[in-house]
Amino acid sequence: MNNITSIRDLLILMVGSSLVSNVVLSQFLGLCPFLGVSKKIKTAAGMGAAVIFVITLASAVAGVIYKFILIPLNITFLQTIVFILVIAALVQFVEMFLKKAIPSLYEALGVYLPLITTNCAVLGVALTNVQKNYGIGTGVVNGFATALGFTIAIVILAGIREKMEYNDIPQSFKGMPSVLLTAGLMAIAFCGFSGLL
Amino acid sequence: MKQNSVAERLFNGVIKENPTLVLTLGMCPTLAVTTSAMNGLGMGLTTTAVLALSNLIISLLRKFIPNRVRIPAFIVIVASFVTMVQLLLEAYLPSLNVALGVYIPLIVVNCIILGRAESYAYHNPPIPSFFDGLGMGIGFSIALTIIGAVRELLGTGAVFGYHILPDGYVNINIFVLAPGAFFVLAMLTAIQNFVKNKLAAKGKDVSKVGSGCSEDCASCSDTACSKRFYDAGAPVKNPEVNAAKKDKAKTEPKKAEEKSEEKSEETAEKKVKDKAGAVTEENNAEEVKTDEPEETEEKAEVKETEEKEGGEKDE
Repeated sequence: MNNITSIRDLLILMVGSSLVSNVVLSQFLGLCPFLGVSKKIKTAAGMGAAVIFVITLASAVAGVIYKFILIPLNITFLQTIVFILVIAALVQFVEMFLKKAIPSLYEALGVYLPLITTNCAVLGVALTNVQKNYGIGTGVVNGFATALGFTIAIVILAGIREKMEYNDIPQSFKGMPSVLLTAGLMAIAFCGFSGLL
Repeated sequence: MKQNSVAERLFNGVIKENPTLVLTLGMCPTLAVTTSAMNGLGMGLTTTAVLALSNLIISLLRKFIPNRVRIPAFIVIVASFVTMVQLLLEAYLPSLNVALGVYIPLIVVNCIILGRAESYAYHNPPIPSFFDGLGMGIGFSIALTIIGAVRELLGTGAVFGYHILPDGYVNINIFVLAPGAFFVLAMLTAIQNFVKNKLAAKGKDVSKVGSGCSEDCASCSDTACSKRFYDAGAPVKNPEVNAAKKDKAKTEPKKAEEKSEEKSEETAEKKVKDKAGAVTEENNAEEVKTDEPEETEEKAEVKETEEKEGGEKDE
């Protein structure tokens, strides 16, 4: 186990996961919500919060299941099946729970939850945690940081899109192409963070 | 061409409803692994294997899978095949396995696979379903290989590892890095928009062009890439989109009737109705769209050249 103990290492991990290898801009995970829900800053922030919530929770649950069920039973090759089912069920369960228990939070996050049920970012983080041999605690931190990176990216993109809305763009570039070009330029900017580590 | 025949299914997947170039589905792996033509081809073929086999199995089991838990059932079937393919790759093609990394297990959440299961395999017999998956997979592979080749050519001056550009060419490194993927996809969708506008001006049906991830995320969720795990009265996610789709759904009343218990599900089934609905209702519907394929072929050719030009412009 590659257990990271000191706070410094954890901080480096957080910067690495959220900025340097940003989940959307350099790993292309969670592209659907990134492109689809980034029209307004408000919805983008809501989506980001839902993603932080779900990914953090999912990496904790996936980590626990991997360590206490899959490894002892020696069935780690089933990780993909187990993780996707657990994550999908977890998201639905969280949605039901929020609806009953904390309606105000459900109002804020609820609409976004179904959109992340089988989002590749969530599964991607769970699998990365396993591949890199992170312990449960480190995995949760990594998940949180990754989701934070997603939120940063989607909020910035939404901000740029709000400004771009009334610009005069060539007919063929209206809509998705201009958004993708923006994302590409953002990705170049995020490349600059690689000097941080 | 007869509906549901093997050739029609293959043609449909490769040209008419090419998942990447026409529908814009499954963009995450498309962008992530196309740093070289070889990686693109590897990813494409891996996805093809999973797609064809899972379509076959889902189609065989379609009478036994209850409607309400079909999504979890699909996911289990797809995930099983992905695990098998991953183990095979680890054993026989370790270098490809390393190159594709986490994107192999992520095939499970590829919109194309769940989308095909939901919209075709669950409603059609095994043989056409298998070839539907095969056709879609081949279309995906071709698209990924082309994108990979363009990126590799611009980024390193080589295709499939063979140097073809003259020595004087200065490599545009950014094309094999992450930003390059966004630029290439931006050009691709721009060309798609261009063709779509042209076709729309001619009065052709363009509802399918770019109907995947490139539109609203809500439409993506309706085509099953981020669908609910179970569907007990899923709420209306995006009223405008739903309304538009419901209008379309009305054209297939019989199918809509079957599904009337789950009204909000209708939108998600839009694709099903487009395809399966037409199939189940009347089998005699011979398609007369003979001139459209030529258009798309032409487009594919134009695409490559334009993409290069566009890519260079970006730089």
